[in-house]
Amino acid sequence: MADDMLKSENLPQNPERATLEGRNKFMGFWFFLGGETVLFASLFGTYLALKNSNAQGPSAEEIFGLELVFIMTIVLLTSSLTSVYAMYHMKNNDFKKMQLWIGITVLLGLIFLGFEIYEFYHYVHGYEFGYTTSAFSSAFYTLVGFHGAHVAFGLGWFLSLMIRNSKRGINLYNAPKFYIASLYWHFIDVVWVFIFTVVYLMGKVG
Amino acid sequence: MADNTNSTSEKQQFYRKKHKEEMKHHVLTFVMMIAFTLIAFGLVMADVSAMFTIPIILIMAAVQVAFQLYYFMHLNQEGHEMPALMIYSGIFAAFLTILALTTIVWW
Repeated sequence: MADDMLKSENLPQNPERATLEGRNKFMGFWFFLGGETVLFASLFGTYLALKNSNAQGPSAEEIFGLELVFIMTIVLLTSSLTSVYAMYHMKNNDFKKMQLWIGITVLLGLIFLGFEIYEFYHYVHGYEFGYTTSAFSSAFYTLVGFHGAHVAFGLGWFLSLMIRNSKRGINLYNAPKFYIASLYWHFIDVVWVFIFTVVYLMGKVG
Repeated sequence: MADNTNSTSEKQQFYRKKHKEEMKHHVLTFVMMIAFTLIAFGLVMADVSAMFTIPIILIMAAVQVAFQLYYFMHLNQEGHEMPALMIYSGIFAAFLTILALTTIVWW
């Protein structure tokens, strides 16, 4: 092997699977995503079972506003695309552009979180819809809040990768890390697709 | 290989082209996902009957997720047999979990 693979210009095509360590982490991460799927399924199942138990408190139809949810959905979907752009530039070995697109992704994630915090604040203060108001409210806040916590964790992950590797450039050591973080971000988006469909849209339909 | 700079740059050009091609697919995927989202929200806002709307929006969510998994998360690329096994096992267990938790309240 004449090419020095550790140098960024000779980065292999799929850095996340180029070394044994990378392959193990790649596989382990997908295993983790399988587990996360089940975890979110139990929260979705709980929500579906309890969504009509509102104990004289506000019902789903009364409080949900589709405009805000629509904006949040577009923001998160777009952030999924921007992280794809980041991986595109990573594969072309363009570190600055990769950092820029991850930065945009983080910004969109922050906007999403801001909207979610506003939404929860609005429910609690505008509708007296607290965590302990009804079985419906507990199930709702647990499911949507857990997703929000995942978004916050993903933002921390991206930011720490960006800061830690800001002077390193792309290499075989950190490229898999960026790749795995972007997989996690897409998974967050996958969960949100089900949240806006099952919680908000189905809540409005009744 | 290292001394032949010409072939290295050719290789790079080939991969750049390949990445560009992939990126086009990704943008197309994104456009489709936005379109599905618009249709789902449109159906709910237009007050179409629930018996019709709910199955349609659930199917559209499933299709969107398939797009995410296969294009954005690269499940369509080779060497993804094990990840596919992992995520499908997860989806299978998830299906059973939701089935159990929802049917338990129906009786």
